[in-house]
Amino acid sequence: MASTEEIRSNLAEIVNEIAGIPVEDVQLEKSFTDDLDVDSLSMVEVVVAAEEKFSVKIPDDEVKNLKTVGDAVSFIERAQNG
Amino acid sequence: MSKTRVVVTGLGASTPVGGDVASTWDALLAGKSGAKLLTADWVEELPVKIAAPAAVEPTEVIERVKARRLDRNAQFAVVAAREAWADSGLADVELDKTRLGVAIATGIGGLLTTLTNYDLLQKGPRRVSPLAIPMLMPNSAAANVGLELGALAGVQTPVSACASSNEAISLAADQIRLGRADIVVAGGAEGSITALPLAAFGQMMALSKRNDDPERASRPWDVDRDGFLLGEGAGVLILESYDHAVARGAKIYAEFAGSGITADGHDIVQPDPTGSGAERAMNLALREGDLATGDIVHINAHATSTPAGDVAEAVAIRKALGSAADHAVATAPKSMIGHLLGAAGAVESIATVLALHHRVVPPTINLDKLDDGVQLDIATEPRKLGDGDIAALNNSFGFGGHNVALAFKSV
Repeated sequence: MASTEEIRSNLAEIVNEIAGIPVEDVQLEKSFTDDLDVDSLSMVEVVVAAEEKFSVKIPDDEVKNLKTVGDAVSFIERAQNG
Repeated sequence: MSKTRVVVTGLGASTPVGGDVASTWDALLAGKSGAKLLTADWVEELPVKIAAPAAVEPTEVIERVKARRLDRNAQFAVVAAREAWADSGLADVELDKTRLGVAIATGIGGLLTTLTNYDLLQKGPRRVSPLAIPMLMPNSAAANVGLELGALAGVQTPVSACASSNEAISLAADQIRLGRADIVVAGGAEGSITALPLAAFGQMMALSKRNDDPERASRPWDVDRDGFLLGEGAGVLILESYDHAVARGAKIYAEFAGSGITADGHDIVQPDPTGSGAERAMNLALREGDLATGDIVHINAHATSTPAGDVAEAVAIRKALGSAADHAVATAPKSMIGHLLGAAGAVESIATVLALHHRVVPPTINLDKLDDGVQLDIATEPRKLGDGDIAALNNSFGFGGHNVALAFKSV
């Protein structure tokens, strides 16, 4: 299984690719909208790219709960283990 | 009623022969062709394998994340608009943005985005980009330029196939002349060199099939012409009220004198062989600009290198100008840059404005033997224009029977 740090690092690359945020800024405590300025359409792109990268399903209803990078990393960890 | 004078104070372009206005103008004067044999995989089965791709990839100029949110046509528009804006000097001027407008046209819009997302849809609806709609909508180029400049006086996208960007320039001038704006960023953008349009235009027998000699494929008015060459890119002109431009000490390239917009009422794609609609468009542009036929020293023709269109336009020019056509130097930039569809009028308006400004007309290349039906004085080498007050016409015609002639004059 991928470690928390591996997931964060891969997710950071996705966020960088889609929204241009420097990878080093994509830390667990950061809010996608408030800190990283990822808008709602970009968030949809991030979610779809993450589903593909991590081979998980992120339901639309769940996306609104993924406020921080840490929320997303935890969800992906749980989904991979489940 | 005295008319509000409208002048051109900034130019920007991305074309098959240059990534900006200076390199494009140099290439046009040098008679350089932008035609290429295409090498992409999808070209293999196509009967037409040639086009005139942009000289500089827009993604080399625009920031990566911004570029991926723009369809190719909007990328070209942003590149050209940034250059025009910088050229105008307006970046350094305190502006009332409610008096700044945008009129940027396209013929086809975000076709590449549409096609790419249709392919993604085959893998499931969730794969479709959430940015697909704002990228594929035809007003996307205008909207993105408007957002970047903070234009609040209205952002518009006229569509009339290959006449679209001349229509945009006419519309922009109207906005200023009606007192709705002081400055309008006007032009057109197109980025649709891909299999579907090449196949579709090919099925219409509209494209040259001279695959073995791309640089000789676009040959307006030549007896051996066999269709147009598909180009891509954008042209943007800053149109500004004369008073506003003078008050800020702006550099003025030329004055927008008038426009003529008509419809053929003849056929959805074939030009009226009598040239009557085109003739009326040119006459209206002259009348609106208070110009006499003898004032016209140069015509930037639509001349796409199709068998029917080139002759119909030549007939129309003869009818519109009469014997004054003997003293008007005609040229066809499409011989070099190909047909930029919804960007053609804007890029060629830039060439027209620069011809007046520098008093030299770029050549038409590949004109080895003139069609008997064409009685025009065509520049095959750069041709100098005289001193004094001079004026020029730029024609653009589009499928649907749209004719838009623009008149510009020296200042």
